Amino acid sequence: MTSMGLLQIGLYFLVLLLLTKPLGAFMARVYNGERTFLHPLFRPLERMIYKLSGVSEDVEQRWTQYAGALLAFSFVSFLFVYLLQRLQGWLPLNPVGFGAKQATPDLSFNTAVSFMTNTNWQAYGGEVTLSYLSQMAALTVQNFVSAGAGIAVAIALTRGFARRQMGTIGNFWVDLTRGTLYILLPLSLIGALFLCSQGVVQNFSPYQEVTTLEGGKQTIPGGPAASQISIKQLGTNGGGFFNSNSSHPFENPTPSSNFLQTLYILLIPAALTYTFGVMVKDTRQGWAMFAAMSLLFFAGLALCYSSEQAGNPILAGLGVQTEPTDSQSGGNMEGKEVRHGIASSALWAVATTAASNGSVNSMHDSYTPLGGLALLFNIESGEVIFGGVGAGLYGMLLFAILAVFIAGLMVGRTPEYLGKKIESEEVKMAMLALIACAASILVFTAVSSIVEFPKDSYWNPPGAGTANLNNGGPHGLAEILYAYSSGAGNNGSAFAGMNVNTPWYNLTIGLAMLIGRFLIIIPMLAVAGSLAAKKLVPATSGTLPTHGPLFVGLLAGTVVVVGALTFFPVLSLTPIVEHFLMHQGKVF
Amino acid sequence: MWQQLTPALRMMIIFTVLTGLVYPGVITGLAQLIFSRQANGSLVSRNARIVGSELLGQSFTKPEYFHGRPSAAGDINENDASASGGSNLGPTSQKLIDRVRASVADIRKSNPDATGALPGDSVTAWGSGLVPHISPATAELLVARVARARAASPDAIRQFVQQHTERRDFGVLGEPRVNVLALNLALDERLPVKH
Repeated sequence: MTSMGLLQIGLYFLVLLLLTKPLGAFMARVYNGERTFLHPLFRPLERMIYKLSGVSEDVEQRWTQYAGALLAFSFVSFLFVYLLQRLQGWLPLNPVGFGAKQATPDLSFNTAVSFMTNTNWQAYGGEVTLSYLSQMAALTVQNFVSAGAGIAVAIALTRGFARRQMGTIGNFWVDLTRGTLYILLPLSLIGALFLCSQGVVQNFSPYQEVTTLEGGKQTIPGGPAASQISIKQLGTNGGGFFNSNSSHPFENPTPSSNFLQTLYILLIPAALTYTFGVMVKDTRQGWAMFAAMSLLFFAGLALCYSSEQAGNPILAGLGVQTEPTDSQSGGNMEGKEVRHGIASSALWAVATTAASNGSVNSMHDSYTPLGGLALLFNIESGEVIFGGVGAGLYGMLLFAILAVFIAGLMVGRTPEYLGKKIESEEVKMAMLALIACAASILVFTAVSSIVEFPKDSYWNPPGAGTANLNNGGPHGLAEILYAYSSGAGNNGSAFAGMNVNTPWYNLTIGLAMLIGRFLIIIPMLAVAGSLAAKKLVPATSGTLPTHGPLFVGLLAGTVVVVGALTFFPVLSLTPIVEHFLMHQGKVF
Repeated sequence: MWQQLTPALRMMIIFTVLTGLVYPGVITGLAQLIFSRQANGSLVSRNARIVGSELLGQSFTKPEYFHGRPSAAGDINENDASASGGSNLGPTSQKLIDRVRASVADIRKSNPDATGALPGDSVTAWGSGLVPHISPATAELLVARVARARAASPDAIRQFVQQHTERRDFGVLGEPRVNVLALNLALDERLPVKH
């Protein structure tokens, strides 16, 4: 690890920390319906949206209605994205001329689910599949609203803790609209303009063909990229405008654009911890969440960065320099960009997997085994280390419920969290969410690694499920494991060498994404409903304080223990064994 | 859920217009107004002819040019900036090891002065396959060859490399790097190859 690298990481975290409180406080005002400095600008628009869509702002919903609204909205989203892709050949803003031939039914299904669930798994390659209209009206819109919906669920769950003996948890339409208007749009606007200044393209021109210095032909792509990239980072979506995502020079041209994009990944998830604290009227509770998340974040970053900087001993044996100097980065540079080097690449990789963002500025498939292990564990621990916008907070609250439950078992007391008794209803729902997610990862991975199809079959033209892999040995299994982890974690990044654009993978990864989104959201909303109806239990000397270091450690420990117990066997067959094989010089 | 479908549909239409059309439209308008060069791909021209983008790498093979990093895989043409991607080969991949071994041999052959350990970026593939950057160490490796091909002194070439080395942003962010396209353009202009 170099001092310059550590300095970059330190600066990054400092900026994140400084923004957490102001943005978090602002978001609390927005969701509480209080006036903010943006109201003169957006309040008339907000009212108009309610009027046009027939929503009464003041009518609150029970958890079942809230969940129903979210499901209805997700269903309509899915249809929109699916149809826009399938019909893009007949629609405008399609200078390159993509049609239904590129957007096949299974690929369009996968992409629609992927964006509706805030996953942004890219089975498609943006620049070779989608028209500008599909990118904007289908994908960019979902980047906003799937993020808005995610935050809404976290806010609803927070209300569950904050309220006493109430039947309702807010209004989904109002939460969705406010989040999109007051938080996502303004921040995206600022980000997009900054990215343009750095060289991210933003136009509606067709691709240009130019003659290079040596007389070759080069195609220069275009499109409204900056507007999409800004929100894809901010909304922890991650789906790139181009296939190689934020390693593409037109998506992320400079270290400054890279810094902003990395910041945008964690900005809202971090600020939401403060919002949570404000809404439950005890900001220490929010900071405890923040501390537990940071602890896990730095553990993953330390493992990933040190492992990437150490590099690949097999390549070192061939005469490749792995020691860093002033004029080169050293370490494992395969799949990484010179302008980002090792530190910025590792920082991004850890942030994007911690936060269910899934955008990449380097190719995760080419990471060293332990570097890849940190990324896989971030995803498999449930995307709660800051996590997706909203999803991270409601996921971490799920673990908080488990943590107090475990602590309660140890001393034989009914567990409480924030003055609410945690009873069998809450624990059952938390376990349902955990098990559904873990099972979808492990079962689909197991099936795909043994399933056989005839060659050139409809379901999987390459043949067996393992015929799609780009790597052999443990790394091949890791590619499959990463794909389903990324799907169920709604992350969207990939060990991208594997060919996942076949009906079998499009369908099963699509299912994993649906399970990972809705089998967490619905149980969490049920918990919100159940908690909101409870009365407050006064704290006694027997109550476990949930704002101190003890609870932070307990919470982080619960995440690690649950993640490790569930995934250690399969991780030991993938990155862990690969690490030892690499040091023995074994190749596949 | 079903009685919520009407507001869902209406909300979807409103947000499609607002975030799918108005938002990118406004950004495009502003970007074309304020940052029109960047928003249109940072194009570079020579003799009034566009020869590429300063952000995109090109394939260089001639000895008088600095070369970019090795292409990720045979099927990715680095001149086709509309299809991006890395090699995605893992650390224990035979293909990766073979490719790196070949790259090491290539560099040592065409640059006989390169005898020490090679900078990682000179023999590994990038993530996008499209970037014009190499590390200053890799550039130094190629100086002698380019100098011979252009019948110039290595120090003269080194000066060009220095001029086209981009530093860390604000002295902290990112890594120092040499823009190969800009460097080659400058060399062609100031130290043309004599035929």
